[in-house]
Amino acid sequence: MAEDSILELRRVSKAFGSHRAVSNLSLTIPRGSFFSLLGPSGCGKTTTLRLVAGFENPDEGEIWLSGSRLAGPGECLPPYRRNVNTVFQNYALFPHLTVRGNIEFGLRRRRDSRPAAAIEARVRAVLEQVRLAGKDSRRTSQLSGGERQRVALARSLVLEPDVLLLDEPLSALDPQLRKQVRAELKDLQRRVGITFLFVTHDQEEALSMSDFVAVMDRGALAQVGPPEEVYRRPATRFVASFLGAMNWIGGVGLRPEALRLSRHPAHGSRRAIVTGKTFLGPLVYVEARLETGEACSAQASHSAACFQAGETVHVWWDAADEVKL
Amino acid sequence: MKRLRFLFLAPAAVVLAATLVAPLAIVSVYSFLSRGAYGGVTEPFSLENYARLWDPLYALIFWRSLWIAAVSTAICLILGFPLALFIAAAGRRKTLYLSLVILPFWTSFLIRLYAWIFLLRDTGLINTALQALGMIREPLPMLYNEGAVILGLVYGFLPFMVLPLYATLERLDPSLIEASADLGARPFQTLFRVTLPLCAPGIWAGAILVFVPSLGTYLTSDLLGGSKTILIGNLVQNQFTSARDWPFGAAASLALMIVAAALLLAARPSGERML
Amino acid sequence: MRRSLAVYATGAYAFLHAPLLILAAFSFNTSRFTVWQGFSLRWYAALAHDRELIESAGNSLLIAFVSTACATAMGTLAGYALWKRGAAWISGSLYLSLATPEIVTGVSLLAFFQWMFRYLNLRLGMHTVILAHVGFSLAYVVVVVVARLRSFDPALEEAALDLGATEWEAFRRVTLPHLSPAIAAAAMLAFTVSIDDYVITSLVAGVDSQTLPMTIYALARRGVNPMLNAVSTIVVVLLGLMVLLSERLRRT
Repeated sequence: MAEDSILELRRVSKAFGSHRAVSNLSLTIPRGSFFSLLGPSGCGKTTTLRLVAGFENPDEGEIWLSGSRLAGPGECLPPYRRNVNTVFQNYALFPHLTVRGNIEFGLRRRRDSRPAAAIEARVRAVLEQVRLAGKDSRRTSQLSGGERQRVALARSLVLEPDVLLLDEPLSALDPQLRKQVRAELKDLQRRVGITFLFVTHDQEEALSMSDFVAVMDRGALAQVGPPEEVYRRPATRFVASFLGAMNWIGGVGLRPEALRLSRHPAHGSRRAIVTGKTFLGPLVYVEARLETGEACSAQASHSAACFQAGETVHVWWDAADEVKL
Repeated sequence: MKRLRFLFLAPAAVVLAATLVAPLAIVSVYSFLSRGAYGGVTEPFSLENYARLWDPLYALIFWRSLWIAAVSTAICLILGFPLALFIAAAGRRKTLYLSLVILPFWTSFLIRLYAWIFLLRDTGLINTALQALGMIREPLPMLYNEGAVILGLVYGFLPFMVLPLYATLERLDPSLIEASADLGARPFQTLFRVTLPLCAPGIWAGAILVFVPSLGTYLTSDLLGGSKTILIGNLVQNQFTSARDWPFGAAASLALMIVAAALLLAARPSGERML
Repeated sequence: MRRSLAVYATGAYAFLHAPLLILAAFSFNTSRFTVWQGFSLRWYAALAHDRELIESAGNSLLIAFVSTACATAMGTLAGYALWKRGAAWISGSLYLSLATPEIVTGVSLLAFFQWMFRYLNLRLGMHTVILAHVGFSLAYVVVVVVARLRSFDPALEEAALDLGATEWEAFRRVTLPHLSPAIAAAAMLAFTVSIDDYVITSLVAGVDSQTLPMTIYALARRGVNPMLNAVSTIVVVLLGLMVLLSERLRRT
């Protein structure tokens, strides 16, 4: 295993019947990182997570955690023997237990040599970490969505896993809450220092929270790297268009925010006719058709967005922003 | 619209009044009367019949009925839970397995009891087989005792325990089981710490559905219990036929009803209404 | 754990089904004793000559058909009305009907009928049995019908009304078709319950209305009788098929 990687998937494949959910996937997740698996539904990201957790076993390949093998041909460890824990998409909180009961659950069953006082201290520390101190005797049904998520986090964190697996944990929250929780999760991961393996279909989430993003497409890995690299220098057309809108002009890819529009020609600019505008609040997208017939969409700030349909405009961009594939 | 509704409900209402409400009312009244000279009912009104129920002879009958019903319920729970687990985990064949449990119940109860007589009698199949194999010399007395009654009740009412247990298990969120494993609990620990507590409503429903009919059973103790095992149901039947003491029988019936009604009310299924 | 559950389940199913299967097996036994001596249909043949059995079977069928028809019709209408708007008294009575032990229902019916007969010049007979059967079958019919109505979209009836149908027409042309499998299933259930009833019937039957369960009971009390095995097998098979069909219909 590479020196500072904590989790490795080596050529892992998993099929359900005739459907190949994961194909020949190899990933190396660095210790202490916030690592996202990003992709559309059906790309295999959740299956990958479940393979690491132990709810599914790979058909081919191996999974290694901190130098020991979790799964491979022959023996696969069951979930309760793996030092990874999962935050489920619907949180899966035990309704018959209080908040404290949920958090203590994993600790209680370990034939731990830890005395009760140490367990108590640990639980209290985690409750502080997720800001749920004082709510430990509540029933889970009395909590808000955000609070339930924090209980799910606490329940797993208290066991100090090598990797924490998160299955689209923000999808059950209101959009307003999501932005706030994103920042909190990122901050929590940094403070606690545990490696997070985070699954999402929302590229904004992945880009804003992660140290590394792995983009998956139909069961295979399309690209992996830091967010800026994956966004600015996508390796495939799929990655390029999944992470944001992309204009293809003369075989070269250009993000809408890279295109500049003006009524007056500039050095190297091309002529285009405005075909429409979409108002999105803080931004406006101006659609135009170039002389070559190609359509493009440029992001314009509101001061520059006074173009009308039918007007002639000039489009140019910085060569450094070009994406060549 | 109102008229239509009235017409729709009226026939059922009349039948229910005539076959349930009025009869129960009559019996309630009778329970306060006294036995007439030729087996009818006469005044005076009194609470004597109810007082008689506290007589050791009859109190024993009530106690025995409660005991047998409780034991049968407990056995049904122990036997029924693993079966419900099996069916709930069965995937595509769930409906088949469930039908196999319910089916025997809906065929003739009387005949099913006879089947046990056929098996358990002194000259029945089990004894004959054991004797033929040389394992016993004298026939084992397996019939006409409390054990046989309990066996008959368990055999008869096991489906009533399995069904609500299965329904609860079915609705169990599978991610809770996964979460438990994820947090380190082995399969048996998950069973006791997560599955079983979450099945509590089903367990209660099943227990009530087995206990109440067992308490009021007549045929099972009549056919399998012999003269030694008289339960409340047999007492009532006896009073209304050979003993011809209708008021006393009525009092015993009402006592049984009150216990049954109290139990059923206490365990009202929350949310789901059948009617 | 999966495997031990399967082993246990096999045992449990054996417990539930073996007694009846053994009973059926021995109905084909040549000998009248519980020792297998060869295959024979003689007991089934003997059934055809037993007057009492045939007559009581005929009574049971008649009672079952009549009471089932009445209970199904009344129960369907009542179930529909209850579904549209609850009626606490009727729902309560139906619950009571299901909760009351059979023996209590039986003796109270007996008391009621005898009391009534002081004023009407009637005796116990087929009519009292049929009335009693309709009474206890109602609740089963209502439960099945209401369950089916839970899956019925009320907007369909509203659409019918919107298109000019009266309430009765809407019921007849839109709701009833949706209900028909449940009605059939309920009817079969009521039939099964009626055919098998012993406790209540034995208390309210007159001298001339002996039913099949009563005959079976008398035989069973007297001891083991291979003819009883034979008739039992026939009854169980018929009722079993009915219940299977009923379940099939309920699930469409």
